[in-house]
Amino acid sequence: MASNFSIKHQPGFTAIAATCFIVLYLPIIVLVAYAFNAASSTSEWGGFSLRWFQSAYQNTQVIDATLRSFQIGAIAAVLSTIFATMAALATTRTAAYPGLTFKYAAINQPLMVPEIVTGVALLIFFSRIKIFTGYSGLGYLIAAHTAFCIPFAYLPIRARLENMDLTLERAAADLYATPWKTFRRITLPLLWPGILAGLMLAFVISLDDVVITEFVKSGGQDTLPTYMLGQIRRGVTPEINAISTAFLLLSVAIVTLFFFVSRKRD
Amino acid sequence: MPDKPDRNAIEVVNVSKIFGSGEGQVAALDKVSVSIRENEFFTLLGPSGCGKTTLLRLIAGFDFPTAGEILLYGQDIAPLPPFKRPVNTVFQSYALFPHMTVADNIGFGLEMLGKPKAEIKARVAEMLKLVKMEALAGRRTAQISGGQQQRVALARALAPQPKVLLLDEPLSALDYKLRKEMQIELKRLQHETGITFIFVTHDQEEALTMSDRIAVMSSGKILQVGSPWDIYDKPAERFVADFIGETNFLTAAISGTSNGKTRATLKSGTTIEATVAEGFQPKDNATVVVRPEHAKLTKDKGDLSGTVENIVYFGTDTHIHVQLDSGEAFTVRQQNTRSAGCGFERGDKVGILIGNDAAQVLRD
Repeated sequence: MASNFSIKHQPGFTAIAATCFIVLYLPIIVLVAYAFNAASSTSEWGGFSLRWFQSAYQNTQVIDATLRSFQIGAIAAVLSTIFATMAALATTRTAAYPGLTFKYAAINQPLMVPEIVTGVALLIFFSRIKIFTGYSGLGYLIAAHTAFCIPFAYLPIRARLENMDLTLERAAADLYATPWKTFRRITLPLLWPGILAGLMLAFVISLDDVVITEFVKSGGQDTLPTYMLGQIRRGVTPEINAISTAFLLLSVAIVTLFFFVSRKRD
Repeated sequence: MPDKPDRNAIEVVNVSKIFGSGEGQVAALDKVSVSIRENEFFTLLGPSGCGKTTLLRLIAGFDFPTAGEILLYGQDIAPLPPFKRPVNTVFQSYALFPHMTVADNIGFGLEMLGKPKAEIKARVAEMLKLVKMEALAGRRTAQISGGQQQRVALARALAPQPKVLLLDEPLSALDYKLRKEMQIELKRLQHETGITFIFVTHDQEEALTMSDRIAVMSSGKILQVGSPWDIYDKPAERFVADFIGETNFLTAAISGTSNGKTRATLKSGTTIEATVAEGFQPKDNATVVVRPEHAKLTKDKGDLSGTVENIVYFGTDTHIHVQLDSGEAFTVRQQNTRSAGCGFERGDKVGILIGNDAAQVLRD
């Protein structure tokens, strides 16, 4: 009997599973459906139409915010992935030493400290710098995004490094490769799927951020999520649904790509 | 057998390697000295943890000695990083680069040395032929079998024509038949390339079949260095005698040692002639070893007497375990013929004849 135990055959399993799926997906399905509503309401169906997609596309504020999101996301993803790669190399290609666990914790700090705390801290910190330097460009947002993206880029890279056979690097050194050549010809090519995964994860995380961005941004520096938040305060039209739907498709596309890249093992 | 000029490829001088510090200190190598001649197939033999792999790693440059020198043709290489030593390694796990083809793996060392493309291509082709892997040059290393990976690892390490080739238990992952094939293959490669091989293994049979000379190691020290014949027939210490092959240990009273020979009086009262480990002056009592195949069983009176305890049939030979009247155990190995049985049965009263030049006095 015990050997045949399967969670699937427990009473109530199907009902609980169905409930979870409904709670998870029904709101999203409704949101996506009303993006195609011809009427101006997010609750009354007025026929199928693409007008809200068109309206969002013609809204320069939306396009501005989207481009800004991509710009910040791309730069922050690349920078955080570079830092994460260096951190991953430094924390795996060494014998364990006292303080290493503390370093793991320090690198992963953004995963543990509440975002709101980081947001407030950055707001105060950056305002001093703004007064001191007079600079108020996108640099602050990029710096903040880079910082909180590092642990997300770090995790897949470190996982990949830990699975890599150290003997390969030793073999390269044995075959006259200098440490730099060994890194370029052996470590980096084998690490590449991990780096790409880290890069995409960091990009998605940056794209999605609201809390820290809301605190750090100056006037006219809305990203797509903070723009949407602002719009909702003023009342919801299906345009928000249309933007959300496009955003959703993009995220799903990136995460799917991430899945295939990280699954590729040679 | 290739000529063996009296030139040393590697000289290990008083090398120690200590891991850890303070109370937890472990000496993986304890003032080891050994010379490895040019062109020879030299084996470091010992149980796991004896320091053989540590010594290999020091020669390769993956680790550095705590004290001592490692000379390669007279030049101290101990402080050099691995990529500056003209020494290549065949790893136990092969360590082939998974993102490269077989041919690219073999050419990697030459490429790192900055050799021209045409030369690399020619040399890779030559190596592929040497290890009989021409047909698989374009394959990824994950797409070939364990035995084939082994050949690629060998070709990759031999391609840059190292002064010394280090082999770290390279056959341990192969099954029995393939291992036997590769043993012959390795001997052939060593002969054809004329490169000095330093081979690490814990398999005494492998060491005896392949080596020109063997160093037997235990607990960070080299106990004995010699030809397979020396090591097998003239073990200097109990550990060496016990680790290599099967043997019988007898206590004996010693008298009249001269010219490496002595007279040993066994517990049975019989006195036999025995050889003595080099440079050793035995005291009154010592341990004498006799290999099972160097003794003969008889139904008459022999040098020793006892009762047959057990008979084990091995196909080529039979092991007959005898309980001696002195209380010691003794095994005789007898070559089988096609006639039925070995001529003895359990419970038989027997005598044991020890041949001339069959006994060796140990140093312990």
